[in-house]
Amino acid sequence: MEKKDKIAMLEQSLDRKLTTLEMYENRPRKWILYLVIVLAVALLVGWSADDIHFTGLTATGTEVAKGVVHGVFHPDTNLLFGTGDSDVPYLLLQTIAIAVLGTIFGAILAIPFAFLASFNIMPKAVAYIVRILILMIRTIPSIVWALMWIRVTGPGAACGVITQSVCSIGMISKMYITAIEDLDTHILESLDAMGCTPFQKIRYGVLPQLTASFISTTIYRFDINLKDATTLGIVGAGGIGASLVQCLNSRRWGMVGSFIWGLMVLVLIIELISTRIRRKLAHGE
Amino acid sequence: MENNTSSLMKLTLYDRIFKPQTVTLPNGHSVQRCRSRTPVIVLFLAVAIWLSLRMTGFDLHVVITKFRKMVDLLEKILQPDWSFFPKVVSPLIDTIKMSILGTVIGCVLALPVAILSSSNINKSIPVVWLIRFLLGLIRTLPTLIIALVCALIFSLGTFSGTIAIAIFTFGIVAKMLFESIETIDMGPFEAMEALGANKFQAFWSACVPQILPVYLSHSLYCFEMNVRASAILGYVGAGGLGITINERIGWRDYNSLGTVLLSLFVVVVIIDFFSEYLRKKLS
Repeated sequence: MEKKDKIAMLEQSLDRKLTTLEMYENRPRKWILYLVIVLAVALLVGWSADDIHFTGLTATGTEVAKGVVHGVFHPDTNLLFGTGDSDVPYLLLQTIAIAVLGTIFGAILAIPFAFLASFNIMPKAVAYIVRILILMIRTIPSIVWALMWIRVTGPGAACGVITQSVCSIGMISKMYITAIEDLDTHILESLDAMGCTPFQKIRYGVLPQLTASFISTTIYRFDINLKDATTLGIVGAGGIGASLVQCLNSRRWGMVGSFIWGLMVLVLIIELISTRIRRKLAHGE
Repeated sequence: MENNTSSLMKLTLYDRIFKPQTVTLPNGHSVQRCRSRTPVIVLFLAVAIWLSLRMTGFDLHVVITKFRKMVDLLEKILQPDWSFFPKVVSPLIDTIKMSILGTVIGCVLALPVAILSSSNINKSIPVVWLIRFLLGLIRTLPTLIIALVCALIFSLGTFSGTIAIAIFTFGIVAKMLFESIETIDMGPFEAMEALGANKFQAFWSACVPQILPVYLSHSLYCFEMNVRASAILGYVGAGGLGITINERIGWRDYNSLGTVLLSLFVVVVIIDFFSEYLRKKLS
């Protein structure tokens, strides 16, 4: 922007087009900006590197590293393709189930939050308060939510579902708000002019504008929730995480390998599907 | 007429099973209207929800009966115990330092890899896909698991957290960056080459100025995420605020937990604000 303004101003004051050479001499010089950025980054790195020391490997460090690599290349196939309660496929399905329910509940709970926080619908004061609330929900990490809910409901997959329903609200409603604030109100006016009832206005004026982006947001969040659900198990909220951590701590590398493979394949597949659906929602085909 | 419309319309498998409805317009022409997909999607969702409910044993009744307890807990969190604050400062600064260093290391490593995996610059397709696949694999690993493995390898403490964040940042920034690099204008690059510049010179003066602002903005965005993420890494022993959070929840000392979470909230808001401001300037 700036560069064009400068050249345009010069052209105006000289009252003629600049030659290529003159343009080149007036090219934007950004080295000061870059120097400042580099200095700032260097300063920050120096400040933070001061406290973070490499204290060497632990006594069993190399053994762990070798074990993980060995496990990834020699996974425990019985576990990987078994059908029991503690085998990889079942745990993956449970992880998906947690993410599905968490996302759907979160998406439904986020709707009132989003409408309450939109400036074009609610008074400014209300919108600001709800926004701060949403920001707070978003800032508390999901693991902390899980730890708090475990205190209340006890461990298990149900706790994972509740955790994800609550922490999905933050991001989903933030993206819903953008969609709501982008609503084209002219359509509502023309529906009004045609004599539509309020219900018809919502059905044909508001919903078609919102559904695509709402669904796209929800699918995106499902993607994130699925990754999150794999770690929720670490604190005991169900899913594959718990077994993975147990195997890591008891150093059964073959089992670690099969859990990691299961996890990678699942996340890759879901990511592929979700990107494809979202692209279709955004561009039609 | 019939033939015409059906040949214009793309018939998917779904339309072949559920034949499109034929509507006759007032002027005598007839058009075809595809059957709605909604019933199938709703049915699919209903089955998925039912299966998930069975699998997780989720019970709304429990949530309603226990909700009171959660509200009590949240009330305690919202009445933070400020005498605990001095003990929060040092881990909080550790967390920020971890995320700064991790982000910088990850972003520096991501730049060359992202350039190598953009198909408009690297013409060797197998290499591009191989690197992208590896990046995809790195991104699937949850940060906490990486941190746990790092903590087992390099002792407990901030160093493991930094490495975990660096790996996570590397995966994300490289992916976002190659997606942006593929959308840059290659015209200047070709013009430079036509003028006799070699590949590197052309890349340096035609592509780098286009990539740099995007790169910085992605890095800042990632830094925002990392501050949030690194706050919990302590749970698996990788240093920072997570240790304090876990300890406070273990002690059921929710007032102090409130102090920790509120300080984290303030720091995150400040960092988000700054980074959003800078990113707006960059674009």
